Amino acid sequence: MKSLQELENLKLQSQKLVNLRLGDRQNSPHKHHVLICQGTGCVSAKATVIEEAFHEHLAKHNLTEDVVVARTGCFGICEAGPVVIVYPEGAFYSHVTPEDAERITKNHLVEGNVVTDLLLEGSSVGDKIIPINEIPFYKKQKRVSLALCGLINPENILEYIAFDGYKALAKAVLEMSPKAIIDEIKESGIRGRGGGGFSTGRKWEFTMNTQADQKYIVCNGDEGDPGAFMDRSILEGDPHAIIEAMAIAGYAVGANQGYVYVRAEYPIATNRLQIAIDQAKDFGLLGKNIFESDFNFDLEIRLGAGAFVCGEETALLNSIEGQRGMPNPRPPYPAVEGLWGKPTVINNVETFSNIPQIILNGAKWFSDMGTEGSNGTKVFALGGKIKNTGLIEVPMGITLREVIFDVGGGIPNGKKFKAVQTGGPSGGCLTEEHLDTPIDFDNLTRLGAMMGSGGMIVMDEDNCMVDIAKFFLEFTVDESCGKCAPCRVGTKKMLNILNRITSGTSEMAELDRLEELAKNIKISSLCGLGQTAPNPVLSTLKNFREEYEAHVKDNKCPSGVCKDLLNYFILDTCIGCTLCTRHCPVNAITGEKKEVHHIDTKTCIKCNVCVEKCKFNAIEVR
Amino acid sequence: MVKEVICKDRLAQLETVMDEHKGKKGCLMPILHESQKIFGCIPLGVQKVIADATGIPMAEIYGVVTFYSHFSIEPKGDFVIGVCMGTACYVKNAGKILDDFVKQANVKVGETSEDGKFTLEATRCIGACGLAPVITINEDVYGRLKADAQEVADILAKY
Repeated sequence: MKSLQELENLKLQSQKLVNLRLGDRQNSPHKHHVLICQGTGCVSAKATVIEEAFHEHLAKHNLTEDVVVARTGCFGICEAGPVVIVYPEGAFYSHVTPEDAERITKNHLVEGNVVTDLLLEGSSVGDKIIPINEIPFYKKQKRVSLALCGLINPENILEYIAFDGYKALAKAVLEMSPKAIIDEIKESGIRGRGGGGFSTGRKWEFTMNTQADQKYIVCNGDEGDPGAFMDRSILEGDPHAIIEAMAIAGYAVGANQGYVYVRAEYPIATNRLQIAIDQAKDFGLLGKNIFESDFNFDLEIRLGAGAFVCGEETALLNSIEGQRGMPNPRPPYPAVEGLWGKPTVINNVETFSNIPQIILNGAKWFSDMGTEGSNGTKVFALGGKIKNTGLIEVPMGITLREVIFDVGGGIPNGKKFKAVQTGGPSGGCLTEEHLDTPIDFDNLTRLGAMMGSGGMIVMDEDNCMVDIAKFFLEFTVDESCGKCAPCRVGTKKMLNILNRITSGTSEMAELDRLEELAKNIKISSLCGLGQTAPNPVLSTLKNFREEYEAHVKDNKCPSGVCKDLLNYFILDTCIGCTLCTRHCPVNAITGEKKEVHHIDTKTCIKCNVCVEKCKFNAIEVR
Repeated sequence: MVKEVICKDRLAQLETVMDEHKGKKGCLMPILHESQKIFGCIPLGVQKVIADATGIPMAEIYGVVTFYSHFSIEPKGDFVIGVCMGTACYVKNAGKILDDFVKQANVKVGETSEDGKFTLEATRCIGACGLAPVITINEDVYGRLKADAQEVADILAKY
């Protein structure tokens, strides 16, 4: 790639590849595009088999010339997966099976009749298809980071170029000075999307202003928060955006080498990113003398190896260097002294994914979205007890209620909303009363939760909040690297107290000790992991103290989760079929045939077999 | 059951990998990743070979291998069962599924069954939250489970 003109020409040629998806039937050599979501969720549900089935049936009907089958990144609505969208109609097929490929091919692609019974709920009225951005799930969304996820084939650089791909890099390298780029980024107000929320522009500025013979750009794709998968989806669906953004960062701060650190658990993302890097090199968009300037930039992937703490920036850098992934005290910050002691910009995947569009559309375009202090959009991973599990992107400032009930579709099975956990093991639980708070960095922190990477797990009345706090603490105890005592010893001590609470051997004074310990760990730990590990406990103690008290004072788990506090009872509706007696592994159930049985709670080991076997719902757990 | 882990073929593969990475900055992690793939684990014997070839002290290599959960020193079973314990799965009863596997496959969490058939792991979030609760057995994925004992029995029967 030599000039902007050459890139523009390539764009014009490539547009015919994607025109159909934008509704332009005239300028497309094909009749239909079949887009198959191949994010991890849909691949797990056999999306690759579906792709093969389409190829097979298209060949049967001699349609291979007229119909393009493209694999794309995540559409976001994982709950409805595997998802297939057929253009130009924009027919949104959900829960597709390999067998459905035959019907879609025959009815829709050959005969032109949309298979209405396979359409996503809410995506059509009668036979009329609703445009995708008006489907309830997408209506309140604003897709910037995810704009091309599900629209392009991430394994084809031309489709990225057709949507102005690498134009921002061209603009940056050919028309802008490094300082102008950093000013633009600063002015946009973008803050790091990985958890910290630090100004990206200022980070770059520190690195630019530090003199060194070598500088590095690192992309943090070590997405460890359970229930958060936006970074993976961006890498899977739009890997070129990350490559482009890192190259722009490299030009701005004067770095010629970048590393993308990705979790080893993300094989599809790693694979697509590698394909994208290779293509970018082939097109001269990575390597030496990019756009015939004197700017050189190269990129390598480094795999994580299953350590949550490596999401902390200094730990991640140590891991790239080939050491144990343990954090260093800061300062010095990586921006001044990072990888191999050299100034290093380290940003999260989602942060990078915004950069090309800020350069193309300007700082004002970005800062017009969101709230004061939290500009732009944020991607959230909705999970747990929510109807539309999946990935969403919304403007900052939207309320939790809109996210959970409008976009997420509310709580399934008629259950009642109880809490939402944001920010993973570093975050906190928010309740009903917080539902109308606008979501942004500062509001969430103020409420004792955290934006974190954007995991959002919804809980209903069946979830015990003490158990959830314990779950997160088990996670942090396991993942603590052991370098500093407050985190290594303190979190373990907290877990011991929680174990006593959930087993009914605690006392009220311990709740205060738990709180005190938590606060001390927060202020004295070395890195972000320890400093935020007590958050789930503190926020549940604050918002659900009565549940803790019920465990301690009454030896009861109100949600019926904590096993040690439960007892099994047989109700009068028992007809005496003796099925439970025969299956009880410890012979705790007695009773005559056709009479109400009885469980000896002292012998009972609470294995739940009787409940599973009983056909009359006659066993109660309380 | 003792499995032959270190053999000539595999050592030759390791040699090729090391030739490719040796001398590069931060070469240890990529070499360990490849070793884990080649041998299925990274036992002391392999660590020694890497130490000799790269000049990195074995103590340091051992430190790195034991730090990351992706690397193991012991070989794993023929079928590695991974029960996702990410939050989305956990709130949908993944704990119960894990218990059922412990009982029915007769193997403790993090260990391998005596016949070397199954290794049971409580894995970190695999990101298939839309399929929660989800488990993996080697490359196979089972999602949207109902968390009852019979379902686990049916899955195990396939292996």
